[in-house]
Amino acid sequence: MIAKIGGEIKVAQKAIREYDGKRMLARLIPDYSEGKVTIADRYVQVTPKTDAEALAGENPWLAKTKLVVKPDQLMKRRGKGGLVLLNADWSEAKKWIAERLNKEITVGTVNGVLDTFIVEPFVPHDQKDEYYFAIRSIREGDEILFYHEGGINVGDVDAKAAKMTVGILDDVDKADVEGNLLGNVPSERKTALAQFVRAMFKLYADNGFAYLEINPIAFTSEGPIPLDLAAKLDDTAVFECSARWGGIEFPDSFGKMRAPEEEYIKSLDEKSGASLKLTIINPRGRVWTMVAGGGASVIYADTVVDLGYAGELANYGEYSGDPTTDETYEYAKTLLDLMTREKDPRGKVLIIGGGIANFTDVAKTFTGIIKALKEFRQKLIDNRVKIYVRRGGPNYVQGLKQMRELGSTLGVPIEVYGPETHMTRVVRMALEAAPKEVA
Amino acid sequence: MARPEYMLFDNTTTAIIYGYQQNAIQRMLDFDYACGRKTPSVAAIVNTERSGLHKVFFGKKEILVPMYRTLAEAASSHPSADVMVNFASFRSSYPTTKEALGIGTIRTVAVIAEGIPERRAKELAEIAKQNGKWVIGPATVGGLMAGAFKIGNTGGTIDNILASKLHRPGSVGFVSKSGGMSNEMNNIISRSSDGVYESIAIGGDAFPGSTLIEHLFRYEANPDIKMMVCLGEVGGTEEYKIVEAMKSGKLTKPLVIWVTGTCAKMFSSGVQFGHAGAKADGAEETADAKNKALAEAGAYVPHSFDDFGDKIREVYEGLTAKGKIIEKTEAPLPQVPEDFAAALKAGKIRKSANIISTISDDSGEELLYAGYPISHVIEKGFSLGDVVGLLWFKRKLPEYASRFIEMVLKITADHGPCVSGAHNTIIGARAGKDLMSSVAMGILTIGPRFGGAIDDAARYFSDAHDRGLTPKQFMDEMKAKGINIPGIGHRVKSVQNPDMRVTLLKKYAKENFPATPILDYALEVEKLTTSKKNNLILNVDGCIGILFMDLMRTSEDFTAEEVKNVLDLGYLNGLFVLGRSIGMIGHYLDQKRLEQPLYRHPYDDVAYMLPEPNLE
Repeated sequence: MIAKIGGEIKVAQKAIREYDGKRMLARLIPDYSEGKVTIADRYVQVTPKTDAEALAGENPWLAKTKLVVKPDQLMKRRGKGGLVLLNADWSEAKKWIAERLNKEITVGTVNGVLDTFIVEPFVPHDQKDEYYFAIRSIREGDEILFYHEGGINVGDVDAKAAKMTVGILDDVDKADVEGNLLGNVPSERKTALAQFVRAMFKLYADNGFAYLEINPIAFTSEGPIPLDLAAKLDDTAVFECSARWGGIEFPDSFGKMRAPEEEYIKSLDEKSGASLKLTIINPRGRVWTMVAGGGASVIYADTVVDLGYAGELANYGEYSGDPTTDETYEYAKTLLDLMTREKDPRGKVLIIGGGIANFTDVAKTFTGIIKALKEFRQKLIDNRVKIYVRRGGPNYVQGLKQMRELGSTLGVPIEVYGPETHMTRVVRMALEAAPKEVA
Repeated sequence: MARPEYMLFDNTTTAIIYGYQQNAIQRMLDFDYACGRKTPSVAAIVNTERSGLHKVFFGKKEILVPMYRTLAEAASSHPSADVMVNFASFRSSYPTTKEALGIGTIRTVAVIAEGIPERRAKELAEIAKQNGKWVIGPATVGGLMAGAFKIGNTGGTIDNILASKLHRPGSVGFVSKSGGMSNEMNNIISRSSDGVYESIAIGGDAFPGSTLIEHLFRYEANPDIKMMVCLGEVGGTEEYKIVEAMKSGKLTKPLVIWVTGTCAKMFSSGVQFGHAGAKADGAEETADAKNKALAEAGAYVPHSFDDFGDKIREVYEGLTAKGKIIEKTEAPLPQVPEDFAAALKAGKIRKSANIISTISDDSGEELLYAGYPISHVIEKGFSLGDVVGLLWFKRKLPEYASRFIEMVLKITADHGPCVSGAHNTIIGARAGKDLMSSVAMGILTIGPRFGGAIDDAARYFSDAHDRGLTPKQFMDEMKAKGINIPGIGHRVKSVQNPDMRVTLLKKYAKENFPATPILDYALEVEKLTTSKKNNLILNVDGCIGILFMDLMRTSEDFTAEEVKNVLDLGYLNGLFVLGRSIGMIGHYLDQKRLEQPLYRHPYDDVAYMLPEPNLE
């Protein structure tokens, strides 16, 4: 199971494709080194939509150079997984890609389909000319890591790399890159590598990077060349950086699959100013949650797990940021549909939970949920669903009253609680109502 | 007003609010009033759009809060305001917060916006640190000091503030990442102890301007705070700073803490928790590991969030038993006048409305025309005629009726520059008046003589028809009254030179209306009038008025009452105003494009015929 937790635990840092990252470096690096550091923009991408002939026409170097081909789908340890083709000509590269395109493979424990490749010139070099280089964001500023060896067997860089923090308000030009990071490289390479490191750092800092790892850098007669690259951008910086980013893509991690329902909620979320998140953990689980608020939704899921019902937790999800009635209706409908597909003799529970809202109108959000509950009345009865509600905040008295009234007419047991009841107490009640054994 | 270093706020703290957040400002002042503050906590507002005064309730009476266009002006005029609550958007939060941190009198900035680039947030945190200042946020609701000061929307509505006893100080210092959960935690703490002393939400971003430990150190230093409560989160290593501080004796007060995210083990190791670029799969960053480390360091850690309140109560009761907390007697709850709109919404009060609208409604989530959501109107391709039907007749008219209305609008849209409406508009435009004034000048000429024949023709012809008068009797009756038959006669058009507009209207009606009895009657009348003079034809105004009567009377969609309304209330004049406005706007724009100068009527076009004065 692959899942992301949404809500208040934000993922502002998003991984980008190696192809996009390298092209960005090639395009921008001269600007950050007075033209002294350059990277040839010789990278192409191959997807199922690519016209190989046209690609070769636009990039004559493909036919003239030995090439490297790798899947470009945010996966790690491609080399160890036999997923890198080295020193191939264009026809071999095409054949290699054709054999793999649209094929399902397993990387570690994750299955996914290969659909994006990067092709670039093969750089002949010696193992001893490889270096490890990374920059990562920390609270005080950014930390540069450098190691005088690189490549797939570099090992635990956290433990052995030389590290230097550049304070958030500090100037990398004034930092002792040579002394702090390059102690173990041959002295004749220090100037070029220091120049490279500084230019990379400035590019990183000025373009919303949150993480940049080049492993290895190959030091050649033309200077340092990045071979493998992984990067994350802070997507909140888009308003400052979008022009320099170009048409960049934030792909899902390799093998990430979404159920159609998850996809639908994601599309609602993207269109809305409010936040709507849904992750299916176990479609056969009997404990379903529909919780308002990013913080509270994690706590509800926690409590189900803490009370020993991890195996029964069906989903994680949240709605927040004052969604419209229509949005909560669509959200609730999607969830109710999922939870009533397969009957379980032990019955199921639905927890409609939430903390005390700061400014979300509780009655308004409940209106959409109530509409959906009415629509699913028969299915809820057939699936022996019990519903537990807990919520507070603006207009909550009205909202809870509507829920209680619904309970008396729906034919589905609904228990309703307000701020006087501890936020997660309904989880305990619900779990007691959903015993693991048939009563 | 010197405060100890560990206190960010007290009951004399005042703030500058950046952004014209009227609700948040009112909530702050309601809180102030409930706390019994003598002066409101909002000193000034920065509104980049305009300066002036903002009217707001402080208890029952209204007060004025000054509003400035720039932060610099606000700060220099209110040097005692040492807090800025920054509601600027994610785009402008960085520069405005940075500016605030550079102003000597401002010590604390709360940054509300979500989505501030991490690098910018880190810069702000560092600038604050170097200047000995505080940033709360970004991406937070803020925080509050019970009985003293609250940031923006923290604590929700006034009933919640009173229910959670936030109007007077308790003994518990609380800090969390989550702004959304802080309100719930205030509630839990108030039910398990004597309530919060201070409650801060640092925000859910990776690099908050101030951290959990920094606030806990303040609480540690504050002798009025007897115990601390903290809500942490999976990811990052912030909580280990708390562990270290407890081990090294820097935090000694009882701390009840829970790190959320214990469910994360349910998700695959590929989960990214997004904090600080941290490797989320690092075992030490899990909620379980942090809770364990905190418990080992001597913090009070519940088994689950579900026991959080119980654990707080246990620690609190321990302190009261030892006499470290002496419970104060609870004063009666203060009365804060309820906001009218909120009370109305909650169904506590009612008020008869001053205005009724039965045609459109913009109060819901989507604009409605006669009950039809605007999305339906657009997506289903409603015509302009359909929209006229919705807003004038409160329903979707049959297709042929809507098309007739559109046809009338097209036909009446303009009639050249010489007619009085267009002429007046042109004069207005050339006198340098704006569009609204110029078009209004044109519209104001519409009445009994200009455009009004539509209405009169409809009235007289249908009346005569209904009374069963023969065309001859009708003509004679009008002659006897000395009234020209409205809708009959044209200056240049005649039987031999028919008006194309009339031809088109008649053709449409004949082809689409169920029947046209009044038109047929009018054509009989026309036969008589044109036999006297060949330009006494049924003109376009007459034809429109008469056909509108036919349209309504031969369709089952209209009631007799509605037909009467159309005549009595001026629907037909409305049709003419609506159509002709298109032309008048055109004439206005035409004159402006041509840069035409002030119009002056030529002397030679005026016959001067003054009386002879008696100058004796």
